[in-house]
Amino acid sequence: MVSLESPLLRYGLVMLVLGLLWKLAAMALGGVILPHPEDALAAFATALTTRIFWEHFGVSAYRAVTAMALAWGIAFPLGLFMGSVRRADALLAPFIFLTYPVPKIVLLPVFLLLLGLGDASKIAMITLILAYQILVTTRDGVRSIHPKYFDSVRSLGGSRWNVLREVLIPAALPHGFTALRLGTGVSVAVLFFVESFATTRGLGYMIMDAWGAMDYLGMFTGILGMSMMGAALYEVANLLERRACRWMFLRRKT
Amino acid sequence: MMLRADNLGKSFGGTRVLDDVSFDLGDGETLAVVGPSGCGKTSLLYMLSGLSRPDSGAVFLDGAPVTGPTPDISIILQDYGLLPWRTVVDNVALGLKVQGVPRAKRLELARAQLAELGMAGHGQEYPATLSGGEQQRVAIARAFVSRPRLMLLDEPFSSLDALTRERLQRTLLDVWTRRKVPYVLVTHSLEEAVVLGRRIMVMSSRPARPVAVFDNPGFGDASIRDTEACFRLLRELRHTVEALW
Repeated sequence: MVSLESPLLRYGLVMLVLGLLWKLAAMALGGVILPHPEDALAAFATALTTRIFWEHFGVSAYRAVTAMALAWGIAFPLGLFMGSVRRADALLAPFIFLTYPVPKIVLLPVFLLLLGLGDASKIAMITLILAYQILVTTRDGVRSIHPKYFDSVRSLGGSRWNVLREVLIPAALPHGFTALRLGTGVSVAVLFFVESFATTRGLGYMIMDAWGAMDYLGMFTGILGMSMMGAALYEVANLLERRACRWMFLRRKT
Repeated sequence: MMLRADNLGKSFGGTRVLDDVSFDLGDGETLAVVGPSGCGKTSLLYMLSGLSRPDSGAVFLDGAPVTGPTPDISIILQDYGLLPWRTVVDNVALGLKVQGVPRAKRLELARAQLAELGMAGHGQEYPATLSGGEQQRVAIARAFVSRPRLMLLDEPFSSLDALTRERLQRTLLDVWTRRKVPYVLVTHSLEEAVVLGRRIMVMSSRPARPVAVFDNPGFGDASIRDTEACFRLLRELRHTVEALW
């Protein structure tokens, strides 16, 4: 029997259902504003053979991946620190939770003024938004670690370094990776927004440029490209989580 | 005499949990502490292990005060305390790792200890894939591998089915017979106390303090459950605790 656990089959089924819905909608709308899926896919397949598409894709992927790596590199250790050092948490948590509800995307003009129109402002914007999620999830994850694991290491004579290495980091990793995985969707959404103006490179620019020129097939090429990138980032984050947290995906003996 | 608990007392949030607990444990001796659930037995073990400090009194190991966790004392925590993110062999080797034993040596010792407890071949598995009884064997292996001078066991078999519990009690006794490492075991099971304790100390409910100590000369007999002496001791224990708990 074919298993639904195969990611290829899963994606294939989802694409089939979405394609059917898309086809129905295109037929209902006459196929002009919303092109037929087979036309969009043909245009996308052609774009995949062009250098210009891969340049846009590469720029977007660079911005997204750099931002995700930066966000994780900053927020995961900070989440560990806040979750495990009560005094640090008492000091820092009010800053985090008071600013958490502020929609960080409104700071984009400030970032553009401070960091310029290049990649730095865009990467910083995505990093900031994603880092909040990773920080809060990791910090809460650390605070939920069962005390028996700390006792277990301490009872064996473990130092604070042993506790960090044997308990805090491995127990917090799944939380950090879950936030990263869920954050891929947010990253791509923010990426689209920050690439939709003040740049001439990236899939977001490609989509908006084609939209402005009423080139709807070109627009869908960009949309499909961004979807492909989002799916790839999600799968990479998923793979990293499965590799780093192998113990989370085991089945108990019956 | 090697372990001395001297007038131990502990309070939590203004509530006195343990009061005036004193006892000695000699080389090769075993002591079972029985008390009702929530009476402070775990707090007592934590103080003996150095994981927590008593509010009053002190713990001495060979005359030296116990002021913090030490490799000389191993504790088996309730729910085993195995790290789910480490393999079985890494869990067993954890104590050796924090003591700075080189990786190859500690893995060799851990594998040998696992084999002694009938867990050879399980080293690369993760605790979550093991049954409760197997997890408990791993916990025992972890406690014994660093050659402690004193073992502390916190309700070690309480979450196991009756047959597995009896098997593991036998395993513990087998290891004890070979190593003669003295241990203090806390349990709420009177039967377990009779099987595993050379002496049995009965605690009152909160604030818990020792109210009676029973001698158990039949300790160590593999078929103690079937002996008349065991029935008699159990009856005595039951009468004592019925009046207290």
